[in-house]
Amino acid sequence: MNDPRDLYQQLILDHNRSPKNRRVMEDADSHAEGFNPLCGDRITVSIKLDNDVVTDVAFQGSGCAISTASASLMTESLKGKTLAEAQALFARFRAMVMGEAASACEDGPALGKLEVFSGVCAFPARVKCATLAWHTVKAAIERRDEVVTTE
Amino acid sequence: MITAKSDSADTLVRTDAQSFDVEAIRRDFPILQQTVNGKPLVYLDNAATTQKPRAVIDAITDHYLKDNANIHRGVHELSVRATAAYEKVRAKVRDFIGADRVEEIVFLRSTTEAVNLVAQTYGHSVIQPGDEILISTLEHHSNIVPWQMLCEQTGAVLKVAPINDAGEIILEEYEKLLGPRTMLVAVTHVSNALGTITPIKEIIDIAHRSEVRVLVDGAQAVPHTPVDVRDLDCDFYAFSSHKLFGPTGVGVLYGKYDLLNGLPPYQGGGEMILSVSFDGTTYNELPFKFEAGTPNIAGVIGFGAAIDYINAVGMERIAAYERDILDHATQTLSAIPGVRIIGTATEKASVVSFVVEGVHPHDVGTILDQLGIAVRTGHHCAQPLMERFGLTATARASFAFYNTRDEVDALADGIRQVIEVFGG
Repeated sequence: MNDPRDLYQQLILDHNRSPKNRRVMEDADSHAEGFNPLCGDRITVSIKLDNDVVTDVAFQGSGCAISTASASLMTESLKGKTLAEAQALFARFRAMVMGEAASACEDGPALGKLEVFSGVCAFPARVKCATLAWHTVKAAIERRDEVVTTE
Repeated sequence: MITAKSDSADTLVRTDAQSFDVEAIRRDFPILQQTVNGKPLVYLDNAATTQKPRAVIDAITDHYLKDNANIHRGVHELSVRATAAYEKVRAKVRDFIGADRVEEIVFLRSTTEAVNLVAQTYGHSVIQPGDEILISTLEHHSNIVPWQMLCEQTGAVLKVAPINDAGEIILEEYEKLLGPRTMLVAVTHVSNALGTITPIKEIIDIAHRSEVRVLVDGAQAVPHTPVDVRDLDCDFYAFSSHKLFGPTGVGVLYGKYDLLNGLPPYQGGGEMILSVSFDGTTYNELPFKFEAGTPNIAGVIGFGAAIDYINAVGMERIAAYERDILDHATQTLSAIPGVRIIGTATEKASVVSFVVEGVHPHDVGTILDQLGIAVRTGHHCAQPLMERFGLTATARASFAFYNTRDEVDALADGIRQVIEVFGG
């Protein structure tokens, strides 16, 4: 693989330049902080839920193009999904960027735009960049009941 | 020590650089003769670790093929041979850094272990609550954390000498921080992240005027510049084999004889013992007192071959050649719009840390890797230093004497491709 654009597809570059949902969410139901010790990048992901449906996702922080675009596209993909669908989507996304067979997670929503990250599996050093936002949102979902909101 | 700055010296340097047969040197490093991602490997991560000449690889192989045995106590032939080979390297290291005696050369695992040894032995024997240890903003985590640990253990306070925007230690500030409670100064000779060569002799002189001992982290200095510990008059000097074209797993601590001799042992067991009874133990003499356990015998022997190799090339010639490479890299990279070099000290080793506007260093590193160019990206184990510059990371190209001007140009082309991919 010699063309950097195999990894850095236009959609990734666009979302890196103008990330979607990079903002503060005042009335979040839960949030979590993710940290990539490899590059020192930090990300905070906030979610808003209506029962078990994700109604809003936002993130803050800045990192490399892969992590920023991944966070941006993730926020778009998760809106309107149930928590079960979100978990299934993460499993499928994770399998794709790690180059694993996706057969185990054929159920659930399709990857859609997220397939733009399929090239990441050829870059083992960058898998964590692609999954950072997902791990962080997972943490936010799992601890949603622990987080006390004053809103 | 560091390359002279006069005009006549410059001319000498240029002439020397031209006569330096880098292609012949490259043939001595088998690993460089490969392609990565379909392109000739351009290895510019020498500050992380250097490549090894065939002579080093052969010395290790020969040791295991012919002489392998444990050292020091065997009466049999192989042990005698291995011991002689191991101890011969101690003398080579002594000569390489201009130490007085072989007893002042302690073989350890790494520079990091050498710093920890001084923190836990010297530090523990002299530090009282409220005492101060003075480091600088330039330090690698390995010359920060052992002192933080010592401070936690003893109630001492860590002080940090600041740097200017060029990445140079501000000597006046350093001098001001050197107070009546300062018990030790621990400063780098060359910054791993920026390449700054610190005015280490002056730093040592200033500390000694207040009768404060100085440990020098020389890990990044020894590969680039001749080091003479007697001339520097440092109390401790720490460095590693693997950054000096030798194997990983071998570090050196130099310490002044009387100082080392007065220290308690670091670890117990093995070679550090003279005799043991259940009533007590007599510790061995220097340097064995600090070499508990079977050392990295093959590694030390390989390190000896690395020193021989460097001596044959000539440290002065290496420094002159690398200066030419550094000048070329600095000029070429700073001419690219959107590239900013971090660390612009007047005195620098051949390290260029840089950021590309609008592109995260990790993306720079990944694209360069696709072009066969190996650079390091990240905080370079110097997070406080990155913070000083308001950054979380940089990309860093660090050069050795086997790198060429063409490789600098390949790097520049690669950076231009990065900018193109990201829409410049």
